[in-house]
Amino acid sequence: MSSLEAQAIVIGASAGALEALSAILPVLPKGFGLPIMIVVHVPPDRDSVLSELFQAKCGLLVKEAEDKEPILGGTVYFAPPGYHLLIEADKCLALSSDEPVLFSRPSIDVLFESAADAYGSGLIGVVLTGANQDGAKGLQAIVEAGGTALVQSPKGAFSSVMPEAAIKSVPTAIVMPPEQIATCLQNIRVRA
Amino acid sequence: MNRSEPEEKVEDIEIRLLLEALFVRYHYDFRNYSMASLKRRLRQARQQLGFATFSAMQESLLHDPAMLPRLLRYLTVQVSEMFRDPDYFRAIRENVVPHLRTYPSLKVWIAGCSEGEELYSFVILFREEGLEERTIFYATDINQEALQAAEAGVYALDRLQLFTENHRKSGGTSSLSDYYQAAYGRVSFDRTLRRNVVFSDHSLVTDAVFGEMQLISCRNVMIYFDRKLQDRAIGLFSESLARKGFLGLGAKESLRFSRHASDFDDFVREEKIYQRRAT
Ligand SMILES: C[S@@+](CC[C@H](N)C(=O)[O-])C[C@H]1O[C@@H](n2cnc3c(N)ncnc32)[C@H](O)[C@@H]1O
Repeated sequence: MSSLEAQAIVIGASAGALEALSAILPVLPKGFGLPIMIVVHVPPDRDSVLSELFQAKCGLLVKEAEDKEPILGGTVYFAPPGYHLLIEADKCLALSSDEPVLFSRPSIDVLFESAADAYGSGLIGVVLTGANQDGAKGLQAIVEAGGTALVQSPKGAFSSVMPEAAIKSVPTAIVMPPEQIATCLQNIRVRA
Repeated sequence: MNRSEPEEKVEDIEIRLLLEALFVRYHYDFRNYSMASLKRRLRQARQQLGFATFSAMQESLLHDPAMLPRLLRYLTVQVSEMFRDPDYFRAIRENVVPHLRTYPSLKVWIAGCSEGEELYSFVILFREEGLEERTIFYATDINQEALQAAEAGVYALDRLQLFTENHRKSGGTSSLSDYYQAAYGRVSFDRTLRRNVVFSDHSLVTDAVFGEMQLISCRNVMIYFDRKLQDRAIGLFSESLARKGFLGLGAKESLRFSRHASDFDDFVREEKIYQRRAT
């Protein structure tokens, strides 16, 4: 695992997201070089508190993604409620209010598929706990573009549906509990 | 270089050529739209319209004008609501309207009006505030079908609950049901709301200034543009606004990265409402 190299990480989570992310994000040390883009399913009319909540716990800079914002290493970006988050080829963030996908906006698939286009083999996709199928197609796109797939073990996940769907669509995904995902991400080297 | 793996992916080349064809043949310019979401919608179009490749789609588009509206349905996004983000309309009512009252006549431009949801929200708000009579509303979009829908003012009945809720949250002083009639699962908005409205086909990418406005509302349109294009649109708004005129943007849009940012002051910062400087 120590040989893994990447340019960026994308994470998708739904029901039970807080607990799973709490096992990962706070563990990443200051100076962690990769950007992390995250979609969590949240109700659209609610102001997201995710970025503030995690900023308080993390060594990394945590913020809500803004439209056309250049992506910086060592920064965690959360999709705002009610908007899809995408990655442009020039490594900027983009938001859109296109229709929900699989009843979700933000959608994990939308983030993953655009990130796969932008980063190709330099991307690591992580699917965590959740009660729907979002992320399964996106994870497949990441692997098809040469990227790496990590999935939270369905056993022990708050909700196993999303990890199971992801594993079904990407049988080669590396499956492990959030604590190990954190360790794995820590050991990734930044690809220039 | 490995010849089987070109620098640019074949699909990306095809998309670039397709957008070029669309521009040269029909003068719709999507070449500088935000590519990630455009690509997603184009892939959807390709699948649902039944083309094996974007090249095949391009051939059909060049030779068959009937393809244009079908493709535009995918290229433009018609997601909207009446009184979308109620706090925005509350800020217009509470902070902008008092300034507008001081003018004997008003011009208001709803740019990228889609199927009219935002337009009717403004007309109703202006009627409630007693400003409708002195106002001309310009409602513009590049999608003809959307403009026609806006002019018709007919919406599915099941959307009205949200519209009504939004209107109430925005500080509406009348009942939304005063303005429409329901029949057969649809509601149609009162024709008198269109009395002072001019609908027209206008692109923020390729068209020019057409009048001096006291208020421009352009929401969730520039989010689909790249930065260069956003800048062009903002320049257009700057030129179109009277001194001290107002510009309202979508919740996730801002002037922050724009070259023209210094033409404007924050007016209601949280709601992305700006005021044109006097100079
Ligand atoms: C997501 S809708 C926004 C509707 C409404 N303003 C709102 O905020 O709810 C975007 C609209 O922008 C229009 N549009 C896209 N490109 C445009 C352009 N270059 N000039 C004018 N309108 C454009 C689309 O046709 C669509 O109707």
